[in-house]
Amino acid sequence: MKFLSDRAVERLREAAEIPDLTGTRYRLLEHVARGGMGIVYAAEDEKLERRVALKVLDVPSANADVANRLIREALVLARLEHPGIVPVHDVGTLSDGRVFYTMKFVQGQRLDQYVDTVPSATERLRLFLRVCDAVGFAHAHGVLHRDLKPANIMVGSFGEVLVMDWGLAKLLRGDASDKPLMVDPEATILEKPKNASDTTSTGGSRVVTGHGTVMGTPGYMSPEQARGDVEHLDARSDIFSLGALLRFVLTQNPLGPATAAQKQHMDKALEAICSKAAAPDPGGRYSTVSELALDVSRYLDGMAVAAHRESLFEKLARFYRRYRFFILLIAAYLLMRVLILLFMHR
Amino acid sequence: MNEENFQPVGDRFPPTRRSVIEAVGSTDAEERERALDRLCAAYWRPIYKYIRLHWNRPAEEAQDLTQGFFVEVLERELLRKFDSKKARLRTYLRVCVDSFVSNEDKAGRRQKRGGNVAHVALDFAAAEEELGRAAMDPAAIPSPESLEEFFEKEWLRSLFSLAVKELRELCNARQREKTFRLFEAYDLDGLEKISYEQLAKDYAIAVTDVTNSLAWARREFRRIALERLRELSGSDEEFQREARATFGGKTK
Repeated sequence: MKFLSDRAVERLREAAEIPDLTGTRYRLLEHVARGGMGIVYAAEDEKLERRVALKVLDVPSANADVANRLIREALVLARLEHPGIVPVHDVGTLSDGRVFYTMKFVQGQRLDQYVDTVPSATERLRLFLRVCDAVGFAHAHGVLHRDLKPANIMVGSFGEVLVMDWGLAKLLRGDASDKPLMVDPEATILEKPKNASDTTSTGGSRVVTGHGTVMGTPGYMSPEQARGDVEHLDARSDIFSLGALLRFVLTQNPLGPATAAQKQHMDKALEAICSKAAAPDPGGRYSTVSELALDVSRYLDGMAVAAHRESLFEKLARFYRRYRFFILLIAAYLLMRVLILLFMHR
Repeated sequence: MNEENFQPVGDRFPPTRRSVIEAVGSTDAEERERALDRLCAAYWRPIYKYIRLHWNRPAEEAQDLTQGFFVEVLERELLRKFDSKKARLRTYLRVCVDSFVSNEDKAGRRQKRGGNVAHVALDFAAAEEELGRAAMDPAAIPSPESLEEFFEKEWLRSLFSLAVKELRELCNARQREKTFRLFEAYDLDGLEKISYEQLAKDYAIAVTDVTNSLAWARREFRRIALERLRELSGSDEEFQREARATFGGKTK
């Protein structure tokens, strides 16, 4: 038996990992990233002559039922056609048995990198609203993301906001219109973890249950998700993550401002919105993403937010902020009148 | 697009041979023997090298202990006690090796074993040569973590070597010797990578033929390695974990 050097072992591993795209319309370009459930490559769609991101699951499933379910769920994901959700173009099986899918190749920055370049709190909140829009859309179509965090939000070169990595997504039972959307515990979208932990550059690490299902990222994961209470997860679990995400967008810290510098974009109303969204008890949170988005919009419009009961002083301060121009105009007018009167009485 | 367009992933692989962990406990002596052969083929080298380095045993004693260990696996039905939920098979076997060597020491046993525990040829001379080639110094691997890493690395080398051997046999059986030579030149040799163009020139074939041959060889290599891995896993979950660890990133 031929002795394999360490280098040969590594090369074999690399060689075996390269997806065999024979019989597909794609040509491999380069390795992009490794995720929890597979590897992402840049590939060229030779038919449409465009660059796509090709994600390959790293291991074929031993069970055809599981494989079919994963593919079925990938198809559900592909139906989430929304400008804020990265579109899936194609899904299939490679000749080596690995499931793959292709999606839009997004060029841009991750939210955790991008947010540093946005000094204005208003702009940050508008960015957050676009994330809410995409997540709300997914909820309305019965899909729960379960791993919302800055590393999974991309801001494209034209300012478009895309929610990425739906690898932990769960299908929700029921319809969004009437009763609360509950997770189907059996319905995991294209997910099986590679390693017991997958540290991200944002400092979070994905948590894995004993059965091998990745649950989320500490700091952004709801308490019920952290407990592994999969059966009782509903849209409010993502709302918790959105609350942590809002805190991050405003303070660079999902747990809230720790330093004076981090507090500069945070006031009581925003803090109340974050606290309500990320309340430990699901009952204390906003019940839908739209409610959360509405509160943020009201804040942006200078109106009272549902999450915070204002004191008289706060009401006046907000009233001042909202009508500052007119108040200053009237004040200037009155001052002028006073000055004119004083001048005339001399 | 609908799901009927897709082949279930699992169907791409031939029916799984029974896990050696189950088969070693079989009442059918032939099946038991075959399973032990496969287990032995995959593990004897890592175990031998581990005993040589970790237990610092001379070659002859390590050979004896390696063979003795596989007798122990069979006689004491060690694999019956293996629970894939608690540990990986190779971790379990490594712990069993430690316990076996330690017990042998305590009992002061040094019985010479026949070497016919399995029908796999245990080429200890080659293993010794490999140890020499790798120039591994026991002092250089002092911590339990590095020993575990060493054992895993050797296990992976053993798994890949078996897969390469099977691939060579497959290529021979299908008159694809040239494909294997290409695979060997491009993916196995430790030299700097040569280009597809160079290989095409060396073998007087088109570059596309090189591409297709290498794609086929890699696909088959991967399939064989995964098949072997599946046999050596106690459960589907363990297999999935192992396959990810084997083909997805650094060994750990």
